[in-house]
Amino acid sequence: MDMDTPRMGFFTDTSVCIGCKACEVACKEWNLVPEDGLNLTGMSYDNTVGLSADTWRHVAFIEQRKPVENPDALAMAAGGDLQWLMASDVCKHCTHAGCLDVCPTGSLFRTEFGTVVVQEDICNGCGYCVPACPYGVIDRREEDGRAWKCTLCYDRISGGQEPACAKACPTDSIQFGPLDELRERAALRVSELQGAGVTEARLYGEDPTDGVGGDGAFFLLLAEPEVYGLPPDPVVPTRDLGTMWRQVGLAALTAVAGVALAFGVGR
Amino acid sequence: MSRRGERPMVPEAEFTSYYGQPIINPPVWEPLDIAGYLFLGGLAGMSSLVAVGSDATGRLALARVAKTGAVAAAGLSLVALVHDLGRPARFLNMLRVFKVTSPMSVGSWLLAAYVPAAGVSALSAWSGRLPRIGGLATAAAALLGSGVATYTAALITDTSVPAWHEGHREMPFVFVGSAATAAGGLGLLAAPVAETVPARNLAVGGVAVELLAFERMRKRMGMVAESFDTPKAKPFIRAAQGLALAGAVGALVGRRSRLVSALSGAALLAASAATRWGIFHAGMASAEDPKYTVVPQRQRTVTPTA
Ligand code: SF4
Repeated sequence: MDMDTPRMGFFTDTSVCIGCKACEVACKEWNLVPEDGLNLTGMSYDNTVGLSADTWRHVAFIEQRKPVENPDALAMAAGGDLQWLMASDVCKHCTHAGCLDVCPTGSLFRTEFGTVVVQEDICNGCGYCVPACPYGVIDRREEDGRAWKCTLCYDRISGGQEPACAKACPTDSIQFGPLDELRERAALRVSELQGAGVTEARLYGEDPTDGVGGDGAFFLLLAEPEVYGLPPDPVVPTRDLGTMWRQVGLAALTAVAGVALAFGVGR
Repeated sequence: MSRRGERPMVPEAEFTSYYGQPIINPPVWEPLDIAGYLFLGGLAGMSSLVAVGSDATGRLALARVAKTGAVAAAGLSLVALVHDLGRPARFLNMLRVFKVTSPMSVGSWLLAAYVPAAGVSALSAWSGRLPRIGGLATAAAALLGSGVATYTAALITDTSVPAWHEGHREMPFVFVGSAATAAGGLGLLAAPVAETVPARNLAVGGVAVELLAFERMRKRMGMVAESFDTPKAKPFIRAAQGLALAGAVGALVGRRSRLVSALSGAALLAASAATRWGIFHAGMASAEDPKYTVVPQRQRTVTPTA
């Protein structure tokens, strides 16, 4: 792979998502992700609940009781007062990735495409990446003991193919490409929607100055992020690493001084 | 933004979630393994410091207790750590790289150096052989031990778990206090009264630091502090405070009684463990309920730092 491979990513435009779950299925098929329970959750059409070791694309379904003002501008043509939001979530492939920072084995690494991938032959299942991720993406697979998540189809994109989910998406809600291009396209799309009166339209994760340095996989949303189960202002935990190590150092000095004092006084 | 959590009085904004699902994935760690690991690491590291002090002041019995406690606790903590891995056979992959961004990596290297030092120190104390090497090992174990007892605070606060991460400034002091409580408690429990003065001092100081740092941490966390009052965390936090106070008072009042000193020591050890279990469960509760992630983030996006 040549040195100047551009950073690749996803732009998921939820305004055209129709909730078909083709992305979930294509991902499972291509990546041989095991079945993770066949449950009916009662959460609208969502039966996979959230991203996990065995769900690398997750389509959220939100039923909102509120009048749809511009049905023409949006794919979800439910009339009346039902607004139905659908969104396909995925690993954000963060610029500053908490999972990668805390991985003690070097199993998680950054690829030449700027994506974040687990090397399963190295992962020892310590589980540290799981709570480090500010988005709740990566998880440990119980029966296997190792951590798993979206690889942005490292194998496919290395061969010049697009990831399975983007390939399968019938509405181009999931778009794959160089991040720069995707950001331009997303800016156009959001102003187009805003212009058509869809004032709730906003981009999520596209800002390189946010708490994770911007996402390699970002979104166009039609509601507050937390409505979709996304954190409103995620910050990589290692941003405070300097403070943490300084405080640990001070505490260690306190330990030494405390013991010296304990032996020094009141003998 | 660095000031987040300092205003507990912000009214709870109406908060939305996706069917009440957690935002972050809760840790997959077991309480016995990880809370136990935090406790044992503190006990071991601080005991190694006690060992050096005891050697220097000629308290041979206390030294032997501290050195034995250190190596036993460190050994058990290694077992806990390996047991919690999804692939225990790949334990050595921990030493494949060294990364300061991963407190678990730093801790693995620290333990890899600490455990042999603590082992040699204890062996030499028991056998009476190789006193020079034993002394060096004791000094090395003490130096590394100050790290072993405290790095675990970075281990849990370098995560997105609200009740842990929001405490990243105070947690090292809660942990160092808790470690002193435990190591002092061990000395009181197992060493003869004639030598327990430093153990008592250390335990009393540890209790004070632990309780003060904990209160300060709770205050600065804002609404996230509620997670310490959740059903699984609260009994441990309560027990920790009660046992710590009882142990400290007992150690001071019963200084001449072998029995009262030993009982106080046991209470202090239990207090230290209870603190770790309480913090562990508060973290789990704060990870499982999306409000602890969403509300503080909302507050800081609505009211940017002045
Ligand atoms: S979203 Fe989570 S799992 Fe994905 S790169 Fe960022 S920190 Fe890692």
